Amino acid sequence: MPRSIKKGVYIDEKLLTKVMTIRKAEKREVIKTWSRRSTVIPEMVGLTLAVHNGKKFIPVFITENMVGHKLGEFAETRTYKGHTSKDSKGKK
Amino acid sequence: MARIAGVEISNNKRVEIGLTYIFGIGRPKSKEILNETKIDLNKKIKDLSADELGRIRKHIESSEMVEGDLRKRINQDIKRLMDINSYRGRRHKRGLPVRGQRTKTNARTRKGPRGAMIKKKRV
Repeated sequence: MPRSIKKGVYIDEKLLTKVMTIRKAEKREVIKTWSRRSTVIPEMVGLTLAVHNGKKFIPVFITENMVGHKLGEFAETRTYKGHTSKDSKGKK
Repeated sequence: MARIAGVEISNNKRVEIGLTYIFGIGRPKSKEILNETKIDLNKKIKDLSADELGRIRKHIESSEMVEGDLRKRINQDIKRLMDINSYRGRRHKRGLPVRGQRTKTNARTRKGPRGAMIKKKRV
């Protein structure tokens, strides 16, 4: 069930103020954030956010299409390189 | 035999059922269409008058998204997810379940037959 419209989208207060100040200053600065649960809002378009994945910050360039998604969707938390296939085992 | 929304040819079933042969129309939508065009849903397709068929066609054309358009739209939506590299998009790329199902076992619908090589390109 989606969030009630009355409440509006969720975005971390701190992140919101940071985004706003950077937009005002028109600086191209990377914002580090741990707030994976925050929604991407139209104001973020064109900025680069470094989203924490639990270990390091993944730079995410926000485009128009991303509005409405959560930041966490763009920073993968798991590393999986695939299992070694039969032929690559033989080479080793 | 009647032709509605492009290639759909339906037979001597009830209209309510016949309409569901169109991609994008199921039972509820079929009922809705027939209600709004004021056609008896127990009528057989072959018994429909040309006027009734016209009304159905017009209604579908104006207010429903069906067949090719709908398929295109679905593909576009998936492509959008893949382009922005969201979690759901990555799952689509890899051919794994998108909605958080387990993959330790099962998930064969998405993964394909057991043991088959995954030919899909990675990220």
